[in-house]
Amino acid sequence: MRSLSEIDTVSKRSSRAAGYSWGIAEEIGKNIRLLEIFSLPGIKNLNSFFKKKKELRLENISIITQNNEANKNEYCPIIAGVNFLDQIKTLETLNEITFKKVSYPLLFLPFVSRAAEVIGKRIFLKMDDREFLLNFNNNIYSNYTKNDIIESAENIYLKVLENQDSFEEKEWNELYKLSEETFVEENESLKQGGAGAGLTDND
Amino acid sequence: MNIPLRDPNVVMKLSRLGSFHQSKLSFLRSFLKEFKDWDYKRDLFELNKHGYGTAVYSFKKKNRVYSLICFANELNENERSDRVIATKWDAAFTLFDGVPLKQDIERLQNEVPRQEFGRLSYKELTLSRANKSVRVFNHVVECLSQGKQPDNDLIASVGYLYRTTAVYGSGKFGLADRFRIKDREEICGPFRLEMMLVYLVRQFTFDQVNHVAKSKNPKKAVNLDINICKNLGIGNSTGLGMAPFIVNHPTLLNNWISAREISLKKIREIKKISEKDKNLFLECLKKSIKNITSWNTESEYQINKIKSLLKDLNEFILHLDSNFSFEQDYAFNEMYLYLEKEYCEECIEYVVSMMMEPYDDITSPLIKEMSSEEEKYFNIPTERTVEELKLILEKKYPDILTIDFSKNENNLNFWFISKNKEEPRLANRFDEVGAELEQPLAIARDIKKLYELLEVTKNSWTIAKFLSTNNELRHVIRRAFIVEKFPYSEIQDNTIGQEIVPIDMLRLKLSFFGALKFDPRSDKWLRICMFQGAPLPEQLKNYDEHWVYN
Repeated sequence: MRSLSEIDTVSKRSSRAAGYSWGIAEEIGKNIRLLEIFSLPGIKNLNSFFKKKKELRLENISIITQNNEANKNEYCPIIAGVNFLDQIKTLETLNEITFKKVSYPLLFLPFVSRAAEVIGKRIFLKMDDREFLLNFNNNIYSNYTKNDIIESAENIYLKVLENQDSFEEKEWNELYKLSEETFVEENESLKQGGAGAGLTDND
Repeated sequence: MNIPLRDPNVVMKLSRLGSFHQSKLSFLRSFLKEFKDWDYKRDLFELNKHGYGTAVYSFKKKNRVYSLICFANELNENERSDRVIATKWDAAFTLFDGVPLKQDIERLQNEVPRQEFGRLSYKELTLSRANKSVRVFNHVVECLSQGKQPDNDLIASVGYLYRTTAVYGSGKFGLADRFRIKDREEICGPFRLEMMLVYLVRQFTFDQVNHVAKSKNPKKAVNLDINICKNLGIGNSTGLGMAPFIVNHPTLLNNWISAREISLKKIREIKKISEKDKNLFLECLKKSIKNITSWNTESEYQINKIKSLLKDLNEFILHLDSNFSFEQDYAFNEMYLYLEKEYCEECIEYVVSMMMEPYDDITSPLIKEMSSEEEKYFNIPTERTVEELKLILEKKYPDILTIDFSKNENNLNFWFISKNKEEPRLANRFDEVGAELEQPLAIARDIKKLYELLEVTKNSWTIAKFLSTNNELRHVIRRAFIVEKFPYSEIQDNTIGQEIVPIDMLRLKLSFFGALKFDPRSDKWLRICMFQGAPLPEQLKNYDEHWVYN
């Protein structure tokens, strides 16, 4: 089994050899490591991407907007991803973002996962029919479990999810009430002596 | 009194970093301190009469066990080489996480001796190999088998029976990634398991030499005297492979240097020096002179450094004995200011290391801060502005920004990874091929390039906007934001210029390892000795922490 350190190093070096700057190659190293940690086929997709990269004649996107559509060919997942990560603080306000035609979209995914950590919000990502919930770069919840190569995505849809409860207030209250059963009812003596502050603590 | 930390623009110059010496913060010393209470055992020792075979040594505490597995093999004279391009060694080692089963040893027997060409697993933590100092090893075998102890002068002049030529860890060749073990309390300091491997290898070398002597002459042979063993360490040959490490791990480098600098600051801030602390400092300083007088090297560069160190130290000790008062307030601060005024960098840093000896209360908490969660600082804060980045560069790289990289002498070399061994190398870009495959280690040049580009960019631009068209400098933008938070994370020198002495970079790292007696064999590789004078495993439970000077 290859260690994550080996995966990071080889991904970084091969990315440099494929023509990316050292700084971007470092990002790719970290990203492939992330994909492999999350049991997604990072090495497999990166290897296939580099083999086909030249013939794909990919388009680069520098400034990301709400709706992004490549003109003729597909977007490069790395350049789109790097710029998405770099610009996430401004993109966050757009709430929903779409990309049309992205090559090897799985290589775009870890940039989005890391962006979720940067803004402290979950991001929902849909690549055609594959759905991913990116939880602050801590884990990924997905309906995609195949270990295959995804050569392109026609549509990528991203939604920044606001930090809100996943439960009803009623459910919270019921659970809170149960948790109260671990508390001790205070008598006068406990009220006087149990806490550090006096009864008049607003001076 | 508040003493400021030393200026990174002074401390992080290569000539200063290349003058660092071991100290209480050094990893081999902190390793011994951490593991002194662990139970040491030789679990297996199956060597034939020539000393070839398998041995296992372990350290155990509660449910945790670390086992060193040693494979000693026959090696033809013409196959023995210390260079990293070698493919066979006298012995090969791995540190196993737990107690190895028979199947583990069988599996590793096929992999460990092959080193870079073998495959390890997450159960193995570190990997190494070593060659005999044939001259010393054979002499010791000969003497012991005749019932005599070896010649002290020969032993002292070499200092070891074996020297390692590489120690690998952190996921190399399939070894366990650091994330698997980083939360273990006993390995909170850097390179602790690498130190354990070297320390146990040292014991193996004694056991092997005794075994071979005994096999040669069972009736007459004696064991190597325990005091001679103590004065033998493990040699190490180190080439350029180590140099880029300190460039590639900026926050880790910062934490090492920062621990040293904070120690010095706190010591200089002590108002009254106790008699006990004064005596310990003076005792260590005076006794340590023997480590310099027994420091053998043929390198003219190092001989000159040793000469000036010895001259300075003798003068300094005389000054302390005749003119210096430890009674005065902030005596160590006064001493430091005097050192800076009067002596060479080698001497200043030597005494700085000595100053730490009495102050366990200062150094011990800092040792725990010497690792780094590097991933935390990887993301670039792209919401910051060009103006802010420019200010960081001006503040943090003042000398580097004055270098003219259009001059060939400032842009002379390039760092590359050799194809046959995947190891870092340095070459002249104007004489050799391959400069187009340069590694991102010319930080000074790229920082200067970044600064020039920022100067013609709108101050109000965010880094995100700047990066959208300037990603070729992304690697140094990341570093600039790291150095903003971690002042000692960057070498404040040109690592590709004509004047570079690469062994300065090696020596910095090795001093933190705790190495002694740096012996440069060229400007690109050197030999050192580790654990010379250290207690033996059986003596660990009650050892003198100042063993380096005994």
